[in-house]
Amino acid sequence: MEQHAAADSAAARLVGSFLERRRERIAQRWADEPLFRMVFTVSRDEAVEASKAVVDALSAVAATGRLEDIEAPGFRAVRDQLGRMVASRARSGFASAQIADEIAGLRGSVTEVLRGEFPDPAAPDAKDCVLSLALLMGTLRLVVVETALSAREELIARQRRQLLEVATPVITLWQGVIAVPLIGTLDSARSQVVMENLLNAVVSEQARYAILDITGVPTVDTLVAQHLMKTVAAARLMGAECIVSGIRPAIAQTIVHLGIDLGTVLTRAGLADALAHALERQGIEVSPHAPAGASRA
Amino acid sequence: MNSRPFGDLTPVPVLALGDVLLVTLPGELHDGIAEQLQQDITHRIAQGNTSGVVIDISGVEIIDSFLGRVLAEIASAARLLAARTVVAGMRPAVAITLAELGLTLPGLHTVLNTERAMDLLASPRSPAQEGT
Repeated sequence: MEQHAAADSAAARLVGSFLERRRERIAQRWADEPLFRMVFTVSRDEAVEASKAVVDALSAVAATGRLEDIEAPGFRAVRDQLGRMVASRARSGFASAQIADEIAGLRGSVTEVLRGEFPDPAAPDAKDCVLSLALLMGTLRLVVVETALSAREELIARQRRQLLEVATPVITLWQGVIAVPLIGTLDSARSQVVMENLLNAVVSEQARYAILDITGVPTVDTLVAQHLMKTVAAARLMGAECIVSGIRPAIAQTIVHLGIDLGTVLTRAGLADALAHALERQGIEVSPHAPAGASRA
Repeated sequence: MNSRPFGDLTPVPVLALGDVLLVTLPGELHDGIAEQLQQDITHRIAQGNTSGVVIDISGVEIIDSFLGRVLAEIASAARLLAARTVVAGMRPAVAITLAELGLTLPGLHTVLNTERAMDLLASPRSPAQEGT
């Protein structure tokens, strides 16, 4: 077993030095492979440079003997670049699996060069080296896929944050009257954000009335109703009256069917009705243009 | 945190502004002090000439079910003695927590700040407020 390990690390070192020696030749061949050719369309020199960087990383990893470690320090230098390459391939509509296949395609040419190094391809040394190289290329493939996945996850997390922020603006309709037009489904995370934004706006705007407009909420189930009631209760604790508006006929029927009791919640059909209620309660009277000549009240 | 014996804790002052009692709760309220406060307020109302109680909680960061109950009991006792109780200045974080816990302080008027509480107490009682 130990003999085996020793042979493996010897082979790994051989592969490392081979990669270092044949860097130029491998890079030239890789630059013609579909992956590098398609990403670096402008100049071939760029593709060669990128290939060289990857070969350097591989030889550094092979020199340390950690052939199957995707966290090997040698890869750190090329992660950024691989990420950019993968992103560029993904933008042109390639799935991760296809990109992984293209990386695997690089193995053919480098193995060919390696075989050329040995006069007798059947020698045990040659076999060990080819095997080590195959392992190393497999690890490279993993590194690329992992880089692609983590980049994608980051993107999704950023978009989720942006959605949460963007989707719940608090607007001031009138002095002391604020409104949150809700659009989309209310889940726990979003309703928490809505509640926080609303209550902070109650403080900053010194609002007496807060309107939750659910015109843009497609479905109301018991969970959403519960979130709404919680928001209403919290606003009431802050000293603001909360009005829920924009309940569409279908949703009103659903609420009745589900047997949800919104009895403690003040509801109005539309945003305009809710605003009218808030103004009326503040003693503000809104009337059409007074006819000419009419005396002021 | 509070190692002093219970007897040493200073009670919460109850200020009289005209016919309104104003109480500002400290950030941290010992359970015993809360009970003491409840008695103080009830006695002060019973002495007469009190139409309302304003409890300012803008400095309170944590309201647990005990303090919630104390507030509700102060309000019920005051109502029996024909005075209205208004809780002013709850922080958003506190409101969210109470709503999540389902402690909605029924029977209590809540307003944004003490100024509005005074406005509310100065206004004539509307039929809606009479019920609560």
